[in-house]
Amino acid sequence: MHKLLQDKPGEKLFLLGNEAIARGAVEAGLAFASTYPGTPSSEISFALFQMSRESDLYFEYSTNEKVALEVAAAAANSGLRSMCIMKHVGVNVAADALMTLAYVGVKGGLVIISADDPYMFSSQNEQDNRYYGKLSGLPILEPSTIDEARQIIGYAFDVSEKLRLPVIVRTTTRINHSTGQVAFGSMIPPKTAGHFEKDPFNLVTVPAVSRSLHVKLLEKIKRAEALACESEYNFIEGSGPFGVIANGVSFNYVKDAIRDLEAENRFRVLRVGFSHPMPADLVRKFLSGCEKVLIVEEGEPYMEEAVKAVAQEAGFVNPIRGKADELFARLFEFDPAMVREKIAAYFGIPYDSPAKTDLTDIPELPQRPPNLCPGCSHRAVFYEVNKVTADMETIKPTDIGCYTLGFLPPLSSGDFLICMGSSTGTSGGFSKATNKKVISYIGDSTFFHSGIPGLINAVFNNHDMTLVILDNRTTAMTGHQPHPGVDMAAYGMTGFNQISIESVVRGIGVGHVSVIKPYNVKKSMAVLKEAIEYKGVSVVIAQQDCALQIKGTKKAAGRAFTVSDRCKNHRTCINELACPAFYMEKGRVKIDAALCTGCAVCAQVCPENAIVPLPRNG
Amino acid sequence: MDVTRLIIVAVGGQGNLLASKVLGEAARREGVSVRMSEIHGMAQRGGVVESALIFGPAESTVISDGEADILVSFEPLEALRALKKCNAKTVVITNTKPLPPFTAAIGKGVYPEIETIRSHIEANAARLIDLDATALASQAGNVLSVNMVLLGALAATGLLPLSEDSIKAAIGETTRHEFLETNLKAFDLGRQAV
Repeated sequence: MHKLLQDKPGEKLFLLGNEAIARGAVEAGLAFASTYPGTPSSEISFALFQMSRESDLYFEYSTNEKVALEVAAAAANSGLRSMCIMKHVGVNVAADALMTLAYVGVKGGLVIISADDPYMFSSQNEQDNRYYGKLSGLPILEPSTIDEARQIIGYAFDVSEKLRLPVIVRTTTRINHSTGQVAFGSMIPPKTAGHFEKDPFNLVTVPAVSRSLHVKLLEKIKRAEALACESEYNFIEGSGPFGVIANGVSFNYVKDAIRDLEAENRFRVLRVGFSHPMPADLVRKFLSGCEKVLIVEEGEPYMEEAVKAVAQEAGFVNPIRGKADELFARLFEFDPAMVREKIAAYFGIPYDSPAKTDLTDIPELPQRPPNLCPGCSHRAVFYEVNKVTADMETIKPTDIGCYTLGFLPPLSSGDFLICMGSSTGTSGGFSKATNKKVISYIGDSTFFHSGIPGLINAVFNNHDMTLVILDNRTTAMTGHQPHPGVDMAAYGMTGFNQISIESVVRGIGVGHVSVIKPYNVKKSMAVLKEAIEYKGVSVVIAQQDCALQIKGTKKAAGRAFTVSDRCKNHRTCINELACPAFYMEKGRVKIDAALCTGCAVCAQVCPENAIVPLPRNG
Repeated sequence: MDVTRLIIVAVGGQGNLLASKVLGEAARREGVSVRMSEIHGMAQRGGVVESALIFGPAESTVISDGEADILVSFEPLEALRALKKCNAKTVVITNTKPLPPFTAAIGKGVYPEIETIRSHIEANAARLIDLDATALASQAGNVLSVNMVLLGALAATGLLPLSEDSIKAAIGETTRHEFLETNLKAFDLGRQAV
């Protein structure tokens, strides 16, 4: 049995934040879940996916976050407790559905997980999704610890059903990817049979209906504010003249700081865990009696704005600070020492910060950036396109996935990227705005996610571009989740269909469509050349299983290669292909046999044919 | 009980997440409070993987620069890079077997000499424990058991509020059965190397 399915209330386990969230959902009687994978949220859906295979839970990997939310919205409007999981930028994709779903509401509880990523460990921006609460009107809950991440999910379902509104649980990477002790709660058996009651004058959002729904939403927001004021997730700790208001992981740093400063009797702390709507009455109560207030929140001054508005109305005139040059930044994530120093400085508490190690004399160290894996077929495609276009002026928009890493030298295969699917749309724009040849890259999962509309647009508007679809048969970057192009039967999973990328592309009416096997360098280059020379929209689908995923399986390429005596040290392999299996030893290129997957691409690139397979058993 | 802050750094694929898991399980067995944080995502793409483990009465799951009590590094260059996490009281344990990053191979940066790495760590930390954990792992029978060798070395310092027995029991609990004997041997070799 899956460890998170055990009906053992009180059992204590060490869980990843994301596992705790999945457990919280199961304890709350979750019946239906959908997602599009995205770091730092992915392990929540992976746990639910695993549990769905041995329970009544319905789980799906949807094509994108908007579809995932629509699927979950229907389930919740059929009375099922549902959850929809995505990373922060995924909420942008889902936002069209989200904004009006707030009007329509839900019958069964619907919890939307927004996994924010301050510092952008694995994201293209660090937007603060608490503002989605304000924008949509939906309640926002934010846990501070791993066990609270479990508990808050059940509470989120209760709030959702009380208000008949979806509830957003907003986490940050340090909740999702921290591990701590969790005590299991009891499990509510899920209600899995949905029933949809027709009610078109409340559920079909034509203008006349929406006008009355907006009135109802504003009433619900008022009720939500009352719930926030009495919520157990908004609480005041300690007593003293100094006030701190904190949320999420910042609350932990504040607690540690007050303890480290030995100033427990001077502080009262308001922890805000129900942050939209902000609990105005509670804030007012908290402020009265505070000499000075500091607001500690990563990201934007979301609470600060609300607290200052409350203070203004209440006539509270003592200082309230948060984001400022000398205090907290809107950038990146916080850490315990930084919060400790700012608290000490702002409240005038004597504190000698420990002497920092002087590292100025350390030489500049070689960076260790993440890199495409040894044997990754994306590298072969980038090399082949670079060769074919060596004498051309090109613009190469790229997209989101492992292949984004190809923008680094020496492959330098990526000139523009803003969001999932942007390769296809921006390619069309560049082709019309400039006279450069546009060649863009998109992965298979990203193509299904949001690349298709841009490709249709390019065909309709007759843009001049070549789209290379890097089809490695999986959603690799986030941990090998399936997507609509994956043959699920090959994983022993029934009840799925498989969508052919080639059929989709041909169906769209792309003028020139071809398929390559990127490990075959010469042949791939010939096909790419023809596609790139084509005037209009051409698509090349590069098919090769993800090297990391098939490592150690029968599908793996085979014997490792070695550099033989024929090598004349041109270094084409290392300078132009740059596979991490290469290393230099005494000025000569070598291949690490433990890393080499045997893809043989370097052997085809070597001008001396000096790279050869290792002898068998050798 | 005091707070003990441990940073573990490694190159993606070296098995440091499993090492953290073993320590978490050992702490559970002993009833020691612990929280950890890890940066995943690009872990399998050859980047640096960092775990922070905080034992004792603290709420945070991250460790600020200059505040690690112990640094364990699976690779010498990464030990040097992580030195900003240390202070004059920190104990540093590092594997001495280099895994040069690809950038060095293509001429973007120079991999420092081991002696340089050693002297910088010794100049800035309280104590350096260096061992060829890769060689000891091979000696134990599995080159991939570098993580167990380093856990052994860490246990030998006695700096964690965890007993050797509970760490060993945690290895039994969290690693695959067929590797148990090799893992325990690797652990012992690491312990003896200190």
